[in-house]
Amino acid sequence: MTTSYRSVDAGSAVAAGAALGNTVQALDVDPGAPPASNEPKYEFWKNAIPPLITFVAFIGVWYLYSWLKFDNPAQRRNALPYPHIVITEGFMPWWDDKNGFRPILGYMWPTLQITLMGLAISIVFGVFFAVVMNLSKNLERAFFPYAVVLQTVPILAITPLLTQLFGEERGVRLVVTVLIAIFPIITNTLFGLQSTDPLHHDLFTLNKVSRIERLRKLELPSALPALMTGVRIAAGGAVIGSIVADFFFVKGDKGIGYYIRTRQQRASERPEMFAGTIMATLFGVIMFLIVGWVTNRAIRNWHESAKKKS
Amino acid sequence: MTSTDVAQPGQGAPAATGAPALRFKNLSMVFPDGTHAVDNVSFDVRPGEFVTVVGPSGCGKSTLLRIASGLTQHTSGTCDVDRSSIGYVFQDATLLPWRTVQRNVELNAELQGMDKATRLAKTKEAIELVNLVGHENKYPKQLSGGMKMRCSLARSLVLQPKVFLFDEPFGALDEITRERLNDELLRLFQHEQFAGLFITHSIQEAVFLSTRVIVMSARPGRIIGDYQVPFDFPRQHDLRYEPAFAELCGRISNDLKDAHA
Repeated sequence: MTTSYRSVDAGSAVAAGAALGNTVQALDVDPGAPPASNEPKYEFWKNAIPPLITFVAFIGVWYLYSWLKFDNPAQRRNALPYPHIVITEGFMPWWDDKNGFRPILGYMWPTLQITLMGLAISIVFGVFFAVVMNLSKNLERAFFPYAVVLQTVPILAITPLLTQLFGEERGVRLVVTVLIAIFPIITNTLFGLQSTDPLHHDLFTLNKVSRIERLRKLELPSALPALMTGVRIAAGGAVIGSIVADFFFVKGDKGIGYYIRTRQQRASERPEMFAGTIMATLFGVIMFLIVGWVTNRAIRNWHESAKKKS
Repeated sequence: MTSTDVAQPGQGAPAATGAPALRFKNLSMVFPDGTHAVDNVSFDVRPGEFVTVVGPSGCGKSTLLRIASGLTQHTSGTCDVDRSSIGYVFQDATLLPWRTVQRNVELNAELQGMDKATRLAKTKEAIELVNLVGHENKYPKQLSGGMKMRCSLARSLVLQPKVFLFDEPFGALDEITRERLNDELLRLFQHEQFAGLFITHSIQEAVFLSTRVIVMSARPGRIIGDYQVPFDFPRQHDLRYEPAFAELCGRISNDLKDAHA
């Protein structure tokens, strides 16, 4: 079918295409005209509709489960309230000092600070350790097992130790955040550094470059996509780290984790608990999207994984 | 052991004069795992000479280049070459994907500390020589295979090396692109007068490009044929269809048949 359309002249092909509707896009009869699928509006809906359907289905299942599981409206409200109750009683009033959206936003501020600072520290130290381990096999052997330990130690179990070492305020929250966020950065960056093309290494060897120059002009740029993948995973981890820290360390600026924990304790505040949880989740999603956007900006010109807008 | 078979004295080739720019003498290479890659190879490449080594895959051809460039250490014999002036063109274009054409062509000069003004001037010149003008700001992933290889050539040309090593640079390209790049490479060779050592497993490419073709046997690689290529420079595209060209290709092909046996 494709070949038969290629053989007709452009004018009648377009006419035939119009008669066939969208199917003409599959045939490259008229390279001059941009195919309709590249129109921004169409592109937006193509990307937005599938997740919207999933979202509606999820909300539906929530309603259904809540409705089937609880007979008593009061009991339902205090266990798994309907989604609209979460909005009316958890998020509303929108602008009040004591209840609703505004205090939630207030609790988000320290969480945001800890998350961003923790992520920044993780990136700096994570990349540093990866670079050090990339210098020699022995350094890698010496340090890598402990990078794994960082990841596998049950952080919640060592909270007394952490309190002892770092207090109960901002410092310890940062430490917990970094402990969770740094591992993916170390491993991904190290993987990226070690995946540098051996022929590129030969090329640099032929030019008799210094170790620093090789790192700066070859290994780090070549590791950037992997590094950014690490940062993307770490961003989600940092959000969880800063929230979990709120559950166990109660002094200093309290974040959204504190809000959620205190609302957990009273059943009557269940809609608030869900509201806080949704905010925290949204924050994690936003972090993920921002890192993705930055990554795409940084490597879209050259890396195969990056989408290029046409 | 080495059957030297001189067809005719080279006529229009750029004058191959002076001391050899690259000299292999009784060179052998045994890898640590016991693989005997190169066995007792001796030949010279003078400035203005373009020597091509043909041989079956895995006959140690590439090893010769790695030894010449210093990337690999040989186990016996000698290899005399001025390593400060070597151009190396890899099998793959080996462009840095995060750099534009311009910045890729600058790379060698930049890494060797050439001052910026000279570097930019030489880069411009090299980009003109390989016909990539207008593509300076493109990234490698926007280039065709042939354009990538030209960019790679330009990167080495910037330093105007006395010795140019080519490790099957056009092996991955289609026939049409390969022939066009062969034509262009010859033009560059006449223009720059370097000492060229080219590796390929295409007999036609070898004969078309070279002033001399050396045939190597399968592992351990040793020289089993050695031909002066008599055709005049500049060589025309049509040379490939002349009887004398086909005859020389046929003789090399026969050598290679024995190489496998």
